[in-house]
Amino acid sequence: MAELAAKSDQNSGLPSQEHGSRLLLDLEGISKHFSGTLALDNVDFSLKSGEVHVLFGENGAGKSTLISIVAGAQRPDQGRFNFRGNPVEIFSVHHARTLGISTVFQEFSLVPQLTIEENLFLGAEENSFGVLKKSALRNKAREVLDQLGFSLSPNQRVAYLSRAEQQMVEIAKAFRSELSVLILDEPTASLTDQETDQLFTLIEQFKTKGVGVIYITHRMNEIRRIGDRITVLRDGHKVATVDADVSEEELVRLMTGRVVDQIFPSIRFQPLDTMLETNNLATADGAVTNVSMHVKRGEIVGLAGLVGSGKSDVARACFGLSRVSAGDVYLDGKKTSESSPRAMLDQGFFYVPADRRDEGLMMMRNARESMVLAALSTAEYSRGFLLRRREETVQTEKIAERLNLQPRNTERIVEHFSGGNQQKILLAKCLTRDVRLFVFDEPTVGVDVGTRVAIYRFIGQLCEAGAAVLLISSDLPEILHLTHRVYVMCNGVVTAELSGDEICQEKILQYCFRREAVEII
Amino acid sequence: MNENRPSTIYVSATRFTKLAFVRLGVLPFLLLIAVIIFALMSDNFLTGRNLLNVIRQSTYLTLVAVGQMFALLTGGFDLSVGTILAITSVVGATAMATAYTAMPDALILVIAIGILAGVSAGTFIGVINGIGVALFNVSPFMMSLGMASVGFGIALYMTGGTPVYGMPMEFGDKFGFGTIYGVPTPVLVALFFIALLFFMVNWTRLGRYFYAVGGNIKAARLSGINTKLTLFLAYVFCGFMAAIAGILLTARLDTGEANIGATMPLESIAACVIAGVSLRGGIGRLENVVLGALFIGLVQNGMNLARIESYLQIVVIGVLLILAVVADQFRLRLITSMQD
Repeated sequence: MAELAAKSDQNSGLPSQEHGSRLLLDLEGISKHFSGTLALDNVDFSLKSGEVHVLFGENGAGKSTLISIVAGAQRPDQGRFNFRGNPVEIFSVHHARTLGISTVFQEFSLVPQLTIEENLFLGAEENSFGVLKKSALRNKAREVLDQLGFSLSPNQRVAYLSRAEQQMVEIAKAFRSELSVLILDEPTASLTDQETDQLFTLIEQFKTKGVGVIYITHRMNEIRRIGDRITVLRDGHKVATVDADVSEEELVRLMTGRVVDQIFPSIRFQPLDTMLETNNLATADGAVTNVSMHVKRGEIVGLAGLVGSGKSDVARACFGLSRVSAGDVYLDGKKTSESSPRAMLDQGFFYVPADRRDEGLMMMRNARESMVLAALSTAEYSRGFLLRRREETVQTEKIAERLNLQPRNTERIVEHFSGGNQQKILLAKCLTRDVRLFVFDEPTVGVDVGTRVAIYRFIGQLCEAGAAVLLISSDLPEILHLTHRVYVMCNGVVTAELSGDEICQEKILQYCFRREAVEII
Repeated sequence: MNENRPSTIYVSATRFTKLAFVRLGVLPFLLLIAVIIFALMSDNFLTGRNLLNVIRQSTYLTLVAVGQMFALLTGGFDLSVGTILAITSVVGATAMATAYTAMPDALILVIAIGILAGVSAGTFIGVINGIGVALFNVSPFMMSLGMASVGFGIALYMTGGTPVYGMPMEFGDKFGFGTIYGVPTPVLVALFFIALLFFMVNWTRLGRYFYAVGGNIKAARLSGINTKLTLFLAYVFCGFMAAIAGILLTARLDTGEANIGATMPLESIAACVIAGVSLRGGIGRLENVVLGALFIGLVQNGMNLARIESYLQIVVIGVLLILAVVADQFRLRLITSMQD
């Protein structure tokens, strides 16, 4: 850490007009820990003036951590950070901005109630003695928007803009001062093709002006179109930095090649009768359109797709969490009429949500109460309206034993457990009642490897015991090694059903992007 | 070595205090401080008769605070509890007085009609609160504030601002000033409801659901709990308990008054928060809330004995409330940092 000598002052206000391949950023041996896990391990990264450098890797590979270090949102534990040839230490996002490093995060940092110009200069308003120079601000805002060629009027309210327009504002915000490094985190995720074209033209312009762009994406065709170099990250390590003309197969291999034998259990699948079936299902919010799929007892069915592909929404709709606008759901051969979590639970359908803090656990209460919450209405835990509290204690202790909860104290407040053990408490919820269909939504998000192994074994056991399991996951290896059949979703529809040997990385990825590829051709 | 010893004792003492603070909240500390201060200021404070007095005087606040706890547990609050007392009092007294003139001989029936009418009217405000919060997603703040205005207006309109007379003497004698085996009737009534709710909160599914809805409403919904019904019932319970307090207070005053209960919203929330009920919902114990209400009664009584002016007393209650919230924040931070 001592190596990160703070010499930032002499660098500020430097953004020069030099072109060519001068190094803008040069990071050496960057490491970052988060509560015991190594998010980045000795990563090197460099960015030249006028290039688009793509960061590529799976979820959790360390891309976000790396850009948040460059953007000043986080500070590295170790490593050297050079900006324009000088070592710097970046204290904050604001500090990074003054150096000319700006980030457009996936989550917009705009205030919807304010206008575009108010947002553009938020925190950097020109004023004299605390009074805003409104006309100066408006002129400056118009200048920035014109320079970028955005047809937006500075006094529009951000709340009324489309997502693409909001993205433009976010980019314009990066240009309110001199810019030398622009970081774009999956900028096209919510853009139409036309808007994407517009963004890419813009990026070409930046390049000619000598701006270096760090670009995060999952999409192959974008790498082809605008990428100059690609750095592949995996599990916090830098795998390689290659030129953008590398083959797709090579990229996928670089991204995912890992030893998996010890992590995943081998599971015997014995598919029996169909437990869950959807027939041309569509949701009212449009996240899912026309999905037909089925899950049998004794098998684990995977549901793969990118963020926003609608894979969670299918299960949530079946569980009665969002309104179904068309199609039917059949549970155990019977068409479900009243679709509510209570009715589904009573029919043996348990949905384990992706976000344990938001939807799964009572963080400030003890583990026992969260574990039995969904089972309180069953005869095992209550007699009429009365709780059977002794039974509660006995049963939850057994389950804690089975899942190896650490520490094994079910009276402890959930918040105090580690992330992995909180996840175990979440999984424990489905063991307190009779369940025949388990739906796991991202069951290993933010969980260490040890817990991962335990969770995989747990899911395997449930399946071998004859339960139907639907595994929704953005983690490809999980889908590849645990499932018996896989549905791949993209933009709310199922693009493929794969089974047996067809379940492989390339195929799944291909179908994840299928829709988009078709549109571009 | 020797020099180290006092510091290790000091360290373990602070650790013990911290632990006690995390486990029990601010209340035991405040109680201790209050008792010491008032015992020093007045000789009459620590007498059996005075303490019984405190309990009797605190009965009404205790009932309201225990009801308020349900609203707080679900992550909301009820600012209309004062109005509920007023409506209960006015409607109960009017109904009882009317029935009394119609049939002066059927005393028990007259009193029953009055109580039933008053409590139903008060609870009805809670029902409306519940419908607004649970069904129409109105924020508890706006809903109960609005109903406070509505209810107070109705109570004033019904009475023209003057007290309602004409209830049978026996009502006040029994439910206001009466004793059974030496224990004041209001205290007995309060004990009955506290015991009932204690059982409900700790040993029934519904009780657990209040904590679940406040602890994480989304998780509760995913676990098959009828969150709307639970929210609704929280405000109904709150209204009902305030109505019981209202009818008992009416018996004590022997008149129906539209102006009673004005301090109840603040004092009941203060009693809960001081007792460690979280304003974010999901945390709180009924027995502590009872103690919290008694504590406020104790402070008021102590200040009376110490001849502190009544206007200044209002200041003290406000300060205590804010202190309790600050302590609650601090305690939450301690909980997350201490890990066990």
